[in-house]
Amino acid sequence: MMLSCKEVSVLLSRACDARLSWRERLAVRLHLLYCAGCVQLQRQLGFLRRVGRHLREEAPGAMRLPDPARERIRRQLRQKP
Amino acid sequence: MHDSHSPSEPHTWLDRHGDALYRYALLRVREPATAEDLVQETLLAALRTHSRFAGESSERTWLIAILKNKIIDHFRHHAREAPLPESGDPDALVDGLFMKSSDHWLNFPTAWQNPDTALENTRFWQVFAECMQGLPARQAQAFALTELEGLDTDNLCKALGVTASNAWVLLHRARLRLRECLDQRWFNAGKESR
Repeated sequence: MMLSCKEVSVLLSRACDARLSWRERLAVRLHLLYCAGCVQLQRQLGFLRRVGRHLREEAPGAMRLPDPARERIRRQLRQKP
Repeated sequence: MHDSHSPSEPHTWLDRHGDALYRYALLRVREPATAEDLVQETLLAALRTHSRFAGESSERTWLIAILKNKIIDHFRHHAREAPLPESGDPDALVDGLFMKSSDHWLNFPTAWQNPDTALENTRFWQVFAECMQGLPARQAQAFALTELEGLDTDNLCKALGVTASNAWVLLHRARLRLRECLDQRWFNAGKESR
């Protein structure tokens, strides 16, 4: 059961969301034994997951609410008692 | 972060939390105008309910929780209005990562050095936000709801109005595109050989 890198990428992504069948797991594992590129993909998908976790409760970065929007929202909030 | 265990004066919320709420929303909905609207709706909703804020979480956490619900509502509404599953079409950029003849990598992914140090870097988050902006809309929604909101496939399908296999196609494409974008713009930026 030789999978292409594309097929493995599909399975590695699905493995983030669901449990693969034992056949799929075996085929992926065999492929990873000889494919350094897909090993990196697997690691990097793990990193994307950590990026997502990091963003669940906070929003790092330097981007700011644009001033016109800020003023509009301020006016809206003032209208409410 | 300005934590406090009772809500401060509502008129200070916009200045203290407005930027964080905006960034949070923008990363998920991507359109600045939509993100601005969601910040406004969140603060108005907070104003209506703040007598019920019990103070067991920080004010920021409380506001983000309200915003989260607004965002998921926004996606649901959007999915109903515009059910356009891009997943039926090919994604040329993703297909182009692989050789036509064999479906093996055209350029093998290479290692990222100490990726987790990027999480502490403000510029990295700017690049990440831009990579999210570059995704097709449905892929971005699928990725945001799964990885940022933590929805499982069932709930993702409900929110987007798609089947599980559609959802997995969207997620696969989103992840490969983000991987590629972060690789080129951050981890292997400036390196030759591509």
